[in-house]
Amino acid sequence: MPTTTIAGHEVEVNEEGFLTKPDQWTEDLAPELAKLIGLELTDAHWQLIRFLREDYKAQGETATLRRASTQSGVPVKELFVLFPKKPAKKMAYVSGLPKPKGCV
Amino acid sequence: MSEQSATPVVPSFDDESEEGGRKLAIICSKGNLDMAYPGLILANAALGEGVETHLFFTFWGFDIINKATMGDLKFSFVGNTAMHLPGSSMGIHHMLGALPGATAGATAFMKKQIADLDVPEVPEFLELLSASGAHMWACRMSADMNHLTEEDLFEGVEAIISASDFIEMTDGAQLLFI
Repeated sequence: MPTTTIAGHEVEVNEEGFLTKPDQWTEDLAPELAKLIGLELTDAHWQLIRFLREDYKAQGETATLRRASTQSGVPVKELFVLFPKKPAKKMAYVSGLPKPKGCV
Repeated sequence: MSEQSATPVVPSFDDESEEGGRKLAIICSKGNLDMAYPGLILANAALGEGVETHLFFTFWGFDIINKATMGDLKFSFVGNTAMHLPGSSMGIHHMLGALPGATAGATAFMKKQIADLDVPEVPEFLELLSASGAHMWACRMSADMNHLTEEDLFEGVEAIISASDFIEMTDGAQLLFI
C-alpha cells in the first residue's frame, strides 16, 4: 500500500486515496482531507464525522448513508448538502474510514 | 512494498462533471415485493453516486407508489421454478405457493429478512429516495386504467406523465427495465 503525507502525518492509503488504517486518522487530519475534496468543515460536518468514527468503532464497518442519517438524526437531504453528490463516500473519506459496503 | 507519494492521492469524486453527468432511468413495471426492491435499491445506489436518477412507475409497478398499496406489496413464489428457502439450497415446489396462506407467509418471511438488514419498507424507502433527489414519475395510462390521480400517489411523485414525456426527459440516460 502506498503512503502519503497529509497534515504532517504519514498515512497509508489505497489506490483511490482512502486511508487504509483508520487508526492513523486523527482529528487534525479531517480538515486537510476535506480540503482535498473541496470541502470546508463546519460543526455540522464534525457531528457526522464523530458519529461515523464512533459507529465504526462499535460496528466494525462504515455506516451507510441511511444508517448515518437514521442514527445521527441528520436528514438525508442535509447530508447531500453537507457532502454534495456522494455523501456516503465523502463522509467516509474525511473520517479516514473505508467506503461503506452496505447497499442501503 | 511501500511507496511514498509526495502529493496525496485523492479519490475522484467527479464533481467537475456537473454538466452532462451520468443519468439513469429505471422503469418499474412490477408490483411484487421482490420486484419492487431491485429498482429502489439501484436508484438509491445511483443517487448516492451523484447520478441523476429518474424512476417511471408503470402497470403493476404503480402499486409501489400508490398510497393504498405501497405498504402492502406481496411476494408470491408461484411460477418461480427456482424457488428455494432463502439461505438454504432446499428447493420448494413453486406450486406450493398456491396454497392458502403461502403468499402471506412468504411475504412476512421476506419482509423480516429485509428488515433484518436494516433496509426500510417501501414507503420509507420512497422517502429516502425523495430526500436523495430522485425524480419519480407515474405512468399516465396506468393512472387512467386504475382511475387514480396524483392525490392517490406518494407525495414524492412529481407528476403523472405519458410514456413519450418520459422518453423525452431521459434523453441520453442509461436505462433499466424492471
